[in-house]
Amino acid sequence: MRAAVRLAAWVYAVAIYGFIFLPVVVLVLFSLQATSFPIPPFTGPSLRWYQAVLSDARLTSALVNSLLVAVASSLASVTLGFLSAWGFARFVLPGSALLRGLITLPLTVSYLIIGMGLLVLFNWAGVPKSLLAAGIGHVVINLPLCFAIIYSQMGDHQINIERAARDLGAAEWKVLLMITVPVMAPAIFAGFFLSMTFSWDEFVISFLLTRFETTLPVEIWNLLRSGLNPKTNAVGSLVFAVSIVLVVFFELTLLRRKPA
Amino acid sequence: MASAGNNPRALPWALVTPALAWTCAFFVLPFIAMGLSSLTAHEGGGFTLANYSQFFTDPSYWRAMVNSVEVTAIVTVISILLAYPFAWILAEMVPERWQRLALMLAVLPFWTSYVVRSYSWLLVLAQNGVINRALTGIGLIGEPLQLANTRLATVTGFVHFFVMLLTLTIFANLKQLSPSYRKAAADLGAGPVRTFLHVVLPLTLPGIMVGAFLTFVLCIGDYITPQILGGNNELVMPQLVMMQIGRRGDFPLASALSIILMAVVTIAYLACARWLKIERA
Repeated sequence: MRAAVRLAAWVYAVAIYGFIFLPVVVLVLFSLQATSFPIPPFTGPSLRWYQAVLSDARLTSALVNSLLVAVASSLASVTLGFLSAWGFARFVLPGSALLRGLITLPLTVSYLIIGMGLLVLFNWAGVPKSLLAAGIGHVVINLPLCFAIIYSQMGDHQINIERAARDLGAAEWKVLLMITVPVMAPAIFAGFFLSMTFSWDEFVISFLLTRFETTLPVEIWNLLRSGLNPKTNAVGSLVFAVSIVLVVFFELTLLRRKPA
Repeated sequence: MASAGNNPRALPWALVTPALAWTCAFFVLPFIAMGLSSLTAHEGGGFTLANYSQFFTDPSYWRAMVNSVEVTAIVTVISILLAYPFAWILAEMVPERWQRLALMLAVLPFWTSYVVRSYSWLLVLAQNGVINRALTGIGLIGEPLQLANTRLATVTGFVHFFVMLLTLTIFANLKQLSPSYRKAAADLGAGPVRTFLHVVLPLTLPGIMVGAFLTFVLCIGDYITPQILGGNNELVMPQLVMMQIGRRGDFPLASALSIILMAVVTIAYLACARWLKIERA
């Protein structure tokens, strides 16, 4: 009886892994397809579709745009998030809980609605659609995340180091730059890389707020109109590879930090 | 910074104001703009409730909301039913030293692009996709099945995403559960089934509810998966919103529909609030 339960459990686990990995395996496998359709039978292997992606000016410039928006918006998110987390963790402010709630509020609203709101506002204010507009939207969704990560990691043990620095005559900005930032570096990097992955993968806000120059997910979306195509598989596999690199950085920064 | 350094009371505000200002300017203000916009007419402006009354009187709009709620409910239930045993196996049967790796493998596909992930399901479910080829190949079916562009495809794509998410939340909950509860139940004579139903399940319910709420919010607000996998046969609310913007440029109606969608999410939150609060405490 016990053996039967164990066997059933393993079969179930393998089935779930199969379900989870099926689309990813199919994606990568058929990106290596030699012929023009990403459907069975597999005719590969060939790297021609990767070559086609890398020589496609629209896709490569979208890739550069995506990286640019991801880096810039993540830097802005992590800077604003860090400063406010420090402010809330170290000082007593009136209405602190309410204000912290306000900063984290965008986490509970779907990206579509955040994008819609910005579209209506920018439309009224006469702000043209652009990468900058999309980047502003990315900061709206990533700032609460950076704030939450960094704020949760602001422990009491850093207070004493900061106090010691102040006693030794350091100005506030010196304490911030030379003590708090290095001590909080793991949380800051974690916030940064997590923001990067979210911005890199974000579609709806970029779709609504950009027009001529746009990000990679939007270009992939446009590519989908041409139907099933191994080029889409190749670009998808490349996006997957970049995300994995970012996630590895995230793992190394937050989860592998030395126990306090 | 220099002036802030001279005045100790100004410093904390100098730190928190940029983030607050950003949130007010690009989150609160847009929301107010959307609210005002939803009360104007598409052409000519002027105050009107027509956008809202259109939603409540036009059956095709109602239909989209019903579709949204149905799909979300189906996805949430299936995802929990699939994820719970899986999280259990990972937490209880996989040796401790392999758990981290097993969990990382289970969420690895999370990091493919969301747009690409939905598209990958299309490769699996298409007329001449992997499943149809495999089934016709072994002679199980003569004609390819219509799998893509159906509700089934949308649900499959969503369940794929949320099984990963729920596995994470339920796994975390199971790991927090002290083994002594189960030992106590066993000592008092409860079999494995009774222990599960009366001890483990109630204690992991808050985690399930948090996961279910997350699933509900993310699923009902998503445009990509229904659009790629469901096609245009059965519209859900986000598709309807995007349609008002893309095809008709009708921002007021799109705003009104977004606000109605948010109201539904808020109702779901209030319904789950009891469990969500337990989790926070």
